[in-house]
Amino acid sequence: MISLNRFAGSVSALLKGLGVTLNYIVHPKRVVTREYPENRETLTFPERFRGQVVMPHDENNDHNCTACTLCEKACPNGSISILTTKNIASKRVLGQFVYRLSSCTLCNLCIEACPFDAIRMGHGFEMAGYTREELDLILNKKEGR
Amino acid sequence: MIKADSKLLSTLPPGFALHDTGEDGSQEYFLNMGPQHPSTHGVLKLVVKLDGEKVVEVVPHLGFIHRAIEKMGENESFVQYIHLTDRMDYLSSHINNLCVCMAIEKAMGIGVPERGEYIRVMVSELQRIQSHLLWWGSFGMDLGAVSTFLYGFKEREKITALFEELCGARLTMNFFRPGGSNSDVPETFLPRVKEIIQDLKFALDEFDALLTKNPIIIERTRGVGILPKERAISYGCSGPVARASGVDLDVRKHSPYSVYDRFEFDVPLGKNGDCYDRYWVRMEEMRQSIRILEQASAHFPPDPYRSKEKPNYKVPAGSYFASVETARGLFCTYMVSENAMKPYRIKSRSPNFSNLSAINEMSAGGKIADLVTILSTLDIIVPDIDR
Repeated sequence: MISLNRFAGSVSALLKGLGVTLNYIVHPKRVVTREYPENRETLTFPERFRGQVVMPHDENNDHNCTACTLCEKACPNGSISILTTKNIASKRVLGQFVYRLSSCTLCNLCIEACPFDAIRMGHGFEMAGYTREELDLILNKKEGR
Repeated sequence: MIKADSKLLSTLPPGFALHDTGEDGSQEYFLNMGPQHPSTHGVLKLVVKLDGEKVVEVVPHLGFIHRAIEKMGENESFVQYIHLTDRMDYLSSHINNLCVCMAIEKAMGIGVPERGEYIRVMVSELQRIQSHLLWWGSFGMDLGAVSTFLYGFKEREKITALFEELCGARLTMNFFRPGGSNSDVPETFLPRVKEIIQDLKFALDEFDALLTKNPIIIERTRGVGILPKERAISYGCSGPVARASGVDLDVRKHSPYSVYDRFEFDVPLGKNGDCYDRYWVRMEEMRQSIRILEQASAHFPPDPYRSKEKPNYKVPAGSYFASVETARGLFCTYMVSENAMKPYRIKSRSPNFSNLSAINEMSAGGKIADLVTILSTLDIIVPDIDR
């Protein structure tokens, strides 16, 4: 037989819990839900957000990469391959910066290794693709320098 | 009623034959819980031997998410290994990173500046709180209170957003480096931490009203899944699971690393070692973490945040050991180096494996519904068990 005191105590404790949920109905401003695909245009990212790696280009489509391969060595899972070529002055320059997004863990080590700020972490976070080949990216826009 | 012929029905080897238990010919039977069961929190399979609704024996089957992280570590440099530890106990990734960094620091004799140590302590405590908040949410959901999941995540989101601003990631941080951290904290860090402290104090009272004093939760957790102190020690349990059984073990207090010896905090201890004690210990730990955060944010030292950085570390020959207290218990890293850029062998001691091994002790003799409660209060992270 359940004692009356315990019954009253239980009911009041349950009502107290319900009071917390009711509080949110009365104060809709405390609700923090954001609807993701709808708010895509207004999404803001912190400055250090680690999305997929990008290579910034200036207005002449030039970049800072000197094909020193430090990022390639720093990468823990071999996601970066630097394919070099020779320019007219037979100087070793960047041919293709191959970046395999499919095996990248977004660990930031290549960015830390780069002495020329040639690559940085972008804000792209929607990385799904239909085939694995879609995720093999070439970051530089033109070959040579 | 047709009497089941156990000899005909049983396909098990002789030693494993299930025997009749009831007069009506009822039989013990096996039930697979997982690896796709939502309350196992990951790919864990529990083979449960049942007698009706009563649990006779629980055997966890591991290995569904084994990735050989320790073996991968042998092929990567010391700095590269840090980011792999994110993927062990992903809710304590900052603290796992810290353990590897501490082992490298011991090997190389690298010191950490004052500010770097304070960043480490504050970030570790924030990580502990966010891990417990997620646990609190999923604990309520395992017991059938879906709304607690949303409340837990609502508070946790504030801390993950802070981490996102701090290091760019929300789960796999890779923030700490030997000698300090990857980068200095942003200017908004301290004000945001103070804001989070205020919000959390309010939220914890709200949590108490929602779950701690809820009579249904008390009925379902008090006296359920008792782990005696001696058994907790012999199974090698650590963290809140061991402390709920009364084992006074907290690395932060008893062999302080970083600057934990400068802060005042208590180690909450349970008395009975039941599910309610494990719940209470975690709730109390969040309050103690807030205390540490308050003290640390009051005396946050100025620059520098990191001692001289190096891209790679050639660790001298020898073996090195470091241990930290993660949100789930004792996490240790043991590394052997042969005076090379890569470790010869790295071994991690993760808290979840030992904590899970006590599950048969706790749940045998109870009901199957209690098994879910016990699994939830163990707060296991399956990738940390398999590695």
